[in-house]
Amino acid sequence: MALQASELNVGDTYTERLVEDLKRTQIVMYAGASGDYNPVHTDEVFTKEVAGYPSVFAHGMLTMGMTGKMVTNYVGDGRLTEYGVRFTSQVFPGDTLDATATVVGVTNGIVDLDISTVNQNGVEVLKGSAKARVD
Amino acid sequence: MAVEKFAVEASHIMMFARSIGDDNPIYYDADHAEGTEPGSVIAPPTFAQASAQFDPDYGLRPKIDGDGWFGSGGKPSGAKPREGSGGGGGGGGGGGGLHAEQRFIYHRHLKPGDVLSATGRPGETWEKQGRRSGKLVFSESITEYRDQNGDLVITAIGVGVRTERPVDQG
Repeated sequence: MALQASELNVGDTYTERLVEDLKRTQIVMYAGASGDYNPVHTDEVFTKEVAGYPSVFAHGMLTMGMTGKMVTNYVGDGRLTEYGVRFTSQVFPGDTLDATATVVGVTNGIVDLDISTVNQNGVEVLKGSAKARVD
Repeated sequence: MAVEKFAVEASHIMMFARSIGDDNPIYYDADHAEGTEPGSVIAPPTFAQASAQFDPDYGLRPKIDGDGWFGSGGKPSGAKPREGSGGGGGGGGGGGGLHAEQRFIYHRHLKPGDVLSATGRPGETWEKQGRRSGKLVFSESITEYRDQNGDLVITAIGVGVRTERPVDQG
């Protein structure tokens, strides 16, 4: 399950599709679970007519959470020691997201990863890094 | 964000994992989790963000006895989210606040039965001229989550950004 330091090489990548055709319902689920009820994520009328966006859009933290699934599937349960991201572009309903982890180093039992999530147009929506314990 | 008591519960972890589309049984099946390295159900890496549910002043949750529910009702405007502690983001109307960055440092992973407290402090503030949304003002906040024994379990660093106008699309 956990990664073996001896089998990791700088430049190794692991990719997962996070979501295909993101639905508003999933954004609503995330609002309910996380407690972030900002209407720009769930209320199309408010978001278009008051906030001035073309549509509701996903919480940055939903994209970070979905991307985290790729990271934990790669490094194993309970292995993550650090995970940080920048939200570089908004994620809208209908988006399809793919996330990739790239090994940038392995030292003292810790793997350093670059993290990137892109949408169906190749636009990076999230960029970050993670560290995890390896065997 | 300041939270006195954030009880980490199995059903909340399950719902949170579902919402991020993660069906890993470590997040809901105690019998499965027993046979894994962590040895119990744990929470997904970004679960600490749900501490907002337990922050009495969280600005992005409508207050039942306060200004009422926000968003559209009979009119598109309704009420806007309040200022105040809004996690990393906040705001929402016009050129409002957005979540720019988030980082977690895990001293250990959360599990059902943990009772956390969180204390927040402001970090740095900086400005940048944005190409798509005018002047950007970034502000950092650092939240420390401690468990029932007073041990630091997660450090969270959030950066919110206030934009001059909504982000141009395209």
